[in-house]
Amino acid sequence: MTAPAAGPRRMTGIGRVLVIVYAVMALAATGRSFVQIAERFAEAPLAYALSAASAVVYILATLALVFSRRPGWYAVAWVAIVFELVGVVVVGTLSLLLPALFQPPTVWSLYGNGYLFIPLVLPFFGLWWLLTHRVTRATPTAEAAPAGATR
Amino acid sequence: MILWFTVVQLVAAVAAGLLCVVLGLAGRRPSDLTVGALALVELLLLAQVAVAIVAPLTGNAPTGSALEYWTYLVSAVLLPLAGVGWALVERSRWSTVIMGVVALSAAVMVWRMHVIWTIQVA
Repeated sequence: MTAPAAGPRRMTGIGRVLVIVYAVMALAATGRSFVQIAERFAEAPLAYALSAASAVVYILATLALVFSRRPGWYAVAWVAIVFELVGVVVVGTLSLLLPALFQPPTVWSLYGNGYLFIPLVLPFFGLWWLLTHRVTRATPTAEAAPAGATR
Repeated sequence: MILWFTVVQLVAAVAAGLLCVVLGLAGRRPSDLTVGALALVELLLLAQVAVAIVAPLTGNAPTGSALEYWTYLVSAVLLPLAGVGWALVERSRWSTVIMGVVALSAAVMVWRMHVIWTIQVA
């Protein structure tokens, strides 16, 4: 059996709920930006480019969280979630100050009010997860357990 | 979209969602009841696909963007399949909660689809 300090390679427990919420946001943002760009890109290229960027960030965050027990993906998850937090705060604020630039709304407009403010709250849960499940290259993992190390 | 059928789907998806979230937080692992509830939601969504294909032929066409509508509908149909798959990789209480999240998301999508069909102007 693995040593107590070693964690499993894949996401477990409540972290998997976090992953599914990220996955739903990725699906929603991708669908929305696909439709917006296909139909009306010329109308509001900034807003729609931001929707596309948010879709990419959510997809990346979802994947990175799934694999976040590995050091490389853990770092990617940090980047994606910090980008997500900055994005929702900046876009949310700009959409308040310069509403004309953000018609029709994007995922992060008004801090994600079109998505029940989940975009605003979610990155905090993501960061909480990453902080409480730190992975560094020195962290022992299942494969680094004394008995059958393969690395 | 047909109003009464939308209501049926919303009731089923919200009920399934709340059931799964409550049972999951209470520590219950996925069971025939919870997975069955998701299966019902999926079945109704598949019926919605049939409705969405046939209805315009009978004069009930979407007022909003058909592309947006179908993007939502395809996403909604795939979501319970992917979500239950992800949930059942590990059969814990959180798996039940995950299924609840998926069902509630499907409810939101059904509501959005109804708005696109009946209120939104393309």
